[in-house]
Amino acid sequence: MEILYLLIPISVALVFGAGAVFWWALGSGQFEDLEGPAHRILTDDDPD
Amino acid sequence: MTGAATGCFHCGEPIPAGASFGVAIDGAVRSMCCAGCAAVARAIAGGGLTAYYRNRSALPRHDLAASAPPRDLTVYDLPEVQKPFVRQGPGGVRQATLLVEGVTCGACAWLIERRLRGIDGVRSAAVNLSARRVQVEWDDARARLSAILQAVAALGYRASGFDAAAGESAAARERRAMLWRLFVAGLAMMQVMMYAVPVYLSGADMTPDVERLMRWASFVLTVPVILWSAGAFFSNAWRGLRAHRLVMDLPVALGIAIAFAASVWATVTGRGEVYFDSVTMFVFLLLGARYLEVLARARAAETQQRLVRHTPAVAERIVPGSGAARTERVAAARLEPGDLVQVAPGAIIPADGTVTAGTSAADESLLTGESRPVAKRAGDRVTGGSVNLESPLTVAVTRVGPESVLAGIMRLMDRAQAGRPRVAEIADRAAQCFIAILIPVALAAAAAWLWIDPSRALWVLVAVLVVSCPCALSLATPAAFAAATGALHRGGILVTRGHALETLARATHVVFDKTGTLTSGRLSLIGVTPLGDLDREACLAVAAALERGSEHPIAWALLPVAAGLSQNTAEDVTNHPGRGVEARIRGRRFRIGSPAFASELAGRPLPAELTFAADDVTVVALADEQGYLALFALGDALRSGAGWLVRELEAAGKTVCVLSGDRQRTVTHVARALGIGIAAGEAGPEAKLDFVRGLQARGAVVAMVGDGVNDAPVLAQAQVSIAMGGGTDLAHASADVVCLADDIGRLAGAFATARAALRIVRQNLAWAAAYNAVAIPLAAAGWVTPLAAGVGMAASSLAVVVNALRLQGSAPDANPPPFARAGSAQEQALT
Repeated sequence: MEILYLLIPISVALVFGAGAVFWWALGSGQFEDLEGPAHRILTDDDPD
Repeated sequence: MTGAATGCFHCGEPIPAGASFGVAIDGAVRSMCCAGCAAVARAIAGGGLTAYYRNRSALPRHDLAASAPPRDLTVYDLPEVQKPFVRQGPGGVRQATLLVEGVTCGACAWLIERRLRGIDGVRSAAVNLSARRVQVEWDDARARLSAILQAVAALGYRASGFDAAAGESAAARERRAMLWRLFVAGLAMMQVMMYAVPVYLSGADMTPDVERLMRWASFVLTVPVILWSAGAFFSNAWRGLRAHRLVMDLPVALGIAIAFAASVWATVTGRGEVYFDSVTMFVFLLLGARYLEVLARARAAETQQRLVRHTPAVAERIVPGSGAARTERVAAARLEPGDLVQVAPGAIIPADGTVTAGTSAADESLLTGESRPVAKRAGDRVTGGSVNLESPLTVAVTRVGPESVLAGIMRLMDRAQAGRPRVAEIADRAAQCFIAILIPVALAAAAAWLWIDPSRALWVLVAVLVVSCPCALSLATPAAFAAATGALHRGGILVTRGHALETLARATHVVFDKTGTLTSGRLSLIGVTPLGDLDREACLAVAAALERGSEHPIAWALLPVAAGLSQNTAEDVTNHPGRGVEARIRGRRFRIGSPAFASELAGRPLPAELTFAADDVTVVALADEQGYLALFALGDALRSGAGWLVRELEAAGKTVCVLSGDRQRTVTHVARALGIGIAAGEAGPEAKLDFVRGLQARGAVVAMVGDGVNDAPVLAQAQVSIAMGGGTDLAHASADVVCLADDIGRLAGAFATARAALRIVRQNLAWAAAYNAVAIPLAAAGWVTPLAAGVGMAASSLAVVVNALRLQGSAPDANPPPFARAGSAQEQALT
């Protein structure tokens, strides 16, 4: 059970890490257009 | 690829006989329907962007491609034109958000991005497909905004500046903050549950050290939820207290605060129970419901921004002293009374004024709701924001800015909106009573326990607050309304305000504005009377051939009807603005237009018995050199489902009225066709307000179904307002409910769903009351453990949510039986 003394702080740190990632995603506008990227990946071929 | 094997390669419209617009696309010559489409296709091919044609999944809008080639846009380089929507960055870098019309699929976004990035000096271009917007950043030393707009226009889209500072960005910020609050609460909730469940389940297996560690970890994760996610509850509760009102957020805030404080105390001292899991879950569920509500409102606000289109940025001013010879382009905001402006056909009139030269017709439906074009000649007054339809006009500006009619209507709307009754607060009253009872009960229980066992007193207080935590109570209403809102949205009805459903269910009177609500608001063909040797179909085919190249509303009404008939080709087409069209088909001369215009060719006036004086019907005559061939009656046809809707509403016990700015005869006629008893015509904005106020003074709950801008004040005055999707954007912005579908019959479904939602709300409140009646005494008696309190709270909220979800199945059943459709009612009404 001693491992819990390590795992619990790690889990708290991970949650804060996930929060930071979401904060970055939100700030960089990833939730602004939920429709376009799905099409963009199909049309992004380069004709040149 | 979405091909157009038979029609125009670019837009898919049928190619008119005799048109030859070939453009080489990927090595093959493709034919286009008009010079506009050909120009766009050449621009696409010239930019090496033909992949667009392979990838698109929807055809572009023909009207945008076919409209006049891009005008001189250099006026957009003027600082005062750019000021509202262009942001200046360091080193000459500028940034703007442009609203793009005509984006139909993902390939459009690709096309615009590629084209703009190809311009020297454009640093980035990103299309937001959901919002139909492009964010562009350019180096002003190397690229001009006019060149960017020109490039977009050359591709067959229409771009206009988007004033992001004006409120959109505020809404976007609010939405972003909500999403962040929700995410923080969700993440913390999941992790805190992870720590809580082992403690509940393990019993004695857990060593006290590990349990303390878990409590501290839960505490660390709950702090951001309290400080950030639940911040809005605390500030709302505090604002309510300062206004001496027990708002719904007060019990919420109190429950959260006491449970959190008690848990912190238990964590620090190591005695008692922790409730971190309940706190985070409670916050998450409440925020989730609120986020959905904010999303629905944001979508509605978007339509408001499109109003930008109705006030043009630039005007064509006649240089003083030059006669009408020279014009200059100026920002519309810089026009002053006395200026002379030139208004091209199809352009929006930039300011209120008086016509000094030219004869034309104006579409004032935006301002008056009147669907028919209004004739304008020298001396007539025109209103800024209306559209000049037929031929150029010279207008002397009389009023600008705050004095203009459009600004006046908006002020009237603000006033009515400020006086809106706050129906939403009725729902808060239940919670006020609840909290007014709950707090003394909790305190009394705690006081009793101070006598019995002081060590348990605080925990009983918290248990009472947590177990009764007004979760079920505060979720009861929003959950049911959110589910009903979702169901309605799928049925094409958008609810934009929280109180709308409740009020819709309680409405006693439903008031319709005739134009654009019960009727389609567009001219359509309602009757054909053949007079000569040609039958009905042949007359329609000839008329369609004559009108094919025309942009006149009469052409729009005739062409769809004649679409399936044999095609004639008209030659020597001459357009007589304001009168009609003359052309030759297989050597025979025809005229279509006003009876007077046709009579010149027919050689005699229309027989007196055929000239009916119906105000609401426009009569168009078709004639050749031998005489008259047919009369076409054009009018504002009833919307499909209107008759059915009226019968459904009457059956549901609501009083239906018609209130319109149209002529009394027209209004009476429509009312009779639909079986509506109360009909008031010739009502201006003030008269409409008075009518609704009069109903309200007698205790009526009024639901107003409106359309034009002149309805906006009365829409705001009614307890609940509904705008038709085909209507104007301004009406959307202030309406509580927007019907996106063209089928007005769906509103019957909206009223039914609103009633169902209210029924569910009552069930939910009853359940919450019953639950609390059982749980609170148990908790006060000290029989409720933290596990039971948490599970009880979760179960009661879950029951409420599941009950609300039943509403999702009840999408508005919008389809009246086929025989009940309004088309037949219209036919009968005209015979």
